Amino acid sequence: MVHNVYIYIMVMALTTYGIRVLPLTLIRKQITNIRIRSFLYYVPYVTLAVMTFPSILEATKSPLSGAAALVAALWLAWRGKSLFQVSVFSCVIVFILELVIL
Amino acid sequence: MKQNKKQQFLEGMKDGIPIGLGYFAVSFTLGIAAKNAGMTAVQAAVTSALINASAGEFIGFTLIAANAGYLEVMIMEAVANARYLLMSCALSQKINPKTGLLHRMLMGFYVTDEIFGVSIARNNLEPVYSYGVISMAAPGWSLGTFLGVLLGNIMPSRLTSALSVALYGMFAAVFVPPAKKNKVVAGLIGVSFLASYIVHKAAVFAEISSGIKIILLTVIISLAAAFLFPIKEEKEEEKA
Repeated sequence: MVHNVYIYIMVMALTTYGIRVLPLTLIRKQITNIRIRSFLYYVPYVTLAVMTFPSILEATKSPLSGAAALVAALWLAWRGKSLFQVSVFSCVIVFILELVIL
Repeated sequence: MKQNKKQQFLEGMKDGIPIGLGYFAVSFTLGIAAKNAGMTAVQAAVTSALINASAGEFIGFTLIAANAGYLEVMIMEAVANARYLLMSCALSQKINPKTGLLHRMLMGFYVTDEIFGVSIARNNLEPVYSYGVISMAAPGWSLGTFLGVLLGNIMPSRLTSALSVALYGMFAAVFVPPAKKNKVVAGLIGVSFLASYIVHKAAVFAEISSGIKIILLTVIISLAAAFLFPIKEEKEEEKA
């Protein structure tokens, strides 16, 4: 069976959009339950941490430069640098380090 | 008030620039995957404009290349993107309860890992801030995909490699500041790193997709933390 590319795209788009938009549109009140509030408070930080490590080690050409970028990012963020600065410095470190080691 | 909205939009744009740069690099490789699936540059760019999800699109292109059925594509999309359900729940608590349906529908369209990351770092999330972020980030995503199909392997791999950490740097900039103030969050990040590393490396979990791993780890760790260390109400007021 031959499938149509545009139907594929629509299936992907509708499924993804449904998942994203339903909680935002259906949950209209502040949740008062302390367990749920705590859960939702922790979710973002845990999920971002899980997505960052160890994936950052595999994103670059060498795991070493990925690791260096992570350490630099953690340190700069700890020092209160902005999102933009942390992000750009991480890239610069990878670029320079890979020029040296690869 | 109007000034305030403009200010928020500009702040959003500023936070959106690194996202757009990172998106450009990631979606460039996505374009290569789309090309391998036999898609044109326009089709790939449309896909990126509508879906805005790296893992979801990678899986989609792979399935299209394999001539998979529509139902299969739907199920895999749902699995790969299920984490957005959690993020959307968290965002629903970040915005003013009075926020209108249209704003919610527009914001929902751009619940991505990165835009969620910067949104959750706000004290009060206003839709205009999100639109500022989107205005800078979204073009990078579609343009990168488009050029990825056309230019394929021309972009120097050194550059792609360097740009690919932009997104992770941003994540760190979001989760480190609260960790500095709150020891529980700091501990959770350590636990998350360790658990994620184990789950990624252990052969037992090799069959599980990375999207599912992210959801399971997030739910288990956050749930445990919610029961062991429930947040204190005064902390919430301080935040607001």
